[in-house]
Amino acid sequence: MNLDQLVHECGEWLKAGGPMSDVVISSRVRLARNLAGHNFLSKASPDERAEIERTLFDAIRSREFGKSTFYVDVEQSDPIDRQFLVERHLISRQHAEGEGCRGVAISSGETMALMINEEDHLRIQVLRRGLNLDDAWNQTAEVDAALEAAVEFAWHRQYGYLTACPTNVGTGLRVSVMLHLPALKLTNEIEKVLRAARDMRLAIRGLYGEGTEALGDFFQVSNQVTLGAGEEEILNGFKSEVIPAMVNYEREARRQLRTQSPTALDDKVWRALGVLENARAIGSEEALFLLSHLRMGILMERVKTVDLAAVSELLLGTQSAHLQKRLGRRLEGPERSVLRADYIRKRLDQGRPGDN
Amino acid sequence: MICQQCKKHPATVHLTDLVKGEKRERHLCEHCAATEGISVKQHVSINEVLNSFLMTQAGVQELVKIRCPDCGMSFVEFRNQGLLGCPKDYDVFGEPLAAVVQRAQEGATHHTGKRPGQMVKLDPRQQRRLELQRELRAAVEREDYERAADLRDRLAELDKA
Repeated sequence: MNLDQLVHECGEWLKAGGPMSDVVISSRVRLARNLAGHNFLSKASPDERAEIERTLFDAIRSREFGKSTFYVDVEQSDPIDRQFLVERHLISRQHAEGEGCRGVAISSGETMALMINEEDHLRIQVLRRGLNLDDAWNQTAEVDAALEAAVEFAWHRQYGYLTACPTNVGTGLRVSVMLHLPALKLTNEIEKVLRAARDMRLAIRGLYGEGTEALGDFFQVSNQVTLGAGEEEILNGFKSEVIPAMVNYEREARRQLRTQSPTALDDKVWRALGVLENARAIGSEEALFLLSHLRMGILMERVKTVDLAAVSELLLGTQSAHLQKRLGRRLEGPERSVLRADYIRKRLDQGRPGDN
Repeated sequence: MICQQCKKHPATVHLTDLVKGEKRERHLCEHCAATEGISVKQHVSINEVLNSFLMTQAGVQELVKIRCPDCGMSFVEFRNQGLLGCPKDYDVFGEPLAAVVQRAQEGATHHTGKRPGQMVKLDPRQQRRLELQRELRAAVEREDYERAADLRDRLAELDKA
């Protein structure tokens, strides 16, 4: 397996479907770990960084789960490949833009990615489509335990698992879900809901995590506190209280749009489809914004001529690195916009339900 | 700008309300905003936590001297970049770091989760039961009895399996 083969596939977790997938795009569980007996990365020499990478790489390869992973040397990768991995949520922006030896081990089906030498020595990430944190957690727990049998992680009697930044210390556990909230945005209730989420000690971020803007009504919600609560407690609070509440707000807003302003709703949705089907040049942000409206229209059964799978594929495929990798060459801005519009028109044309 | 409500404290919360399509701007102090139920809690960055911590410390001079003998990281350097240098810093930086951790972690001071060698797994059946029970409560609340009956059957099935 290599990156060039991934271009023609849609990551398992990015496919349409899964629990509450009308609102929840995907679920992610992440654990931060560091090797005992080594400095954290801010004080690690290039030699020590290399040793950490080798130790973790060998540990992963020695385990059963590691045999079906493939490793990408991020330091040696082309910038487009790095961006490609960010777009697929397999590595963070920080990892793509970092320095020194670092990499990522990716499982087949892309449901798991282990980043080596990001902010911590190791970040175990497991992804699932829809709201499925149990499954994501259970796989994470297994991988964590398997690695603990091979290497020793930095541990402290009081603080638990030690991390480079005190905001991750303790469990090292960050749980996040990607939500699609177009109706709350249209009904101007989004700020209220996001503020309530912040009051519940949650962080709200954009499509690509830390430091990114919310684009096309996609929001990433995650816990902030990693210390003083057990893993199960963190996960349960999140998936049984917080997320279902936000999902219900969005569903309620959609119901409200359908009953109170169906014409305004249809106008938004059909305009989105109209532009996507006809544009001859389009930027990635505009595409994302319109695809968001189209996704809502399909889920609310206003548009029945386009398949949800086509929209999921386009959400990923219209992004810059994906476009460039598919065409196999570097594209400058204006040309990219033209080829993006071509790709969207072609994909929507094949995307009629029943075609595949 | 002074708070429009109490006319005493500086206004730090700026609101735009839409009432019947008309825009109305209001400027309140944090206290008056809070009594109206408006929260202004923001995601605090680690640097803010560190800075506010240092400002309130009497022994700033003492802090400047703290340095880890293993990795060479000083407390001041940590303060500037937000990242620690090695596991030992958690002990070397002692109380000042404990205060930083406590602020960043909403008051928590001790790990209560899994220990090395342990494995915490979730039982999907237990989870499914909780979800169905929650949906059932919601269905009864909105008087959707058809849905409630269906959920009740599914719960019974889950218990049998």
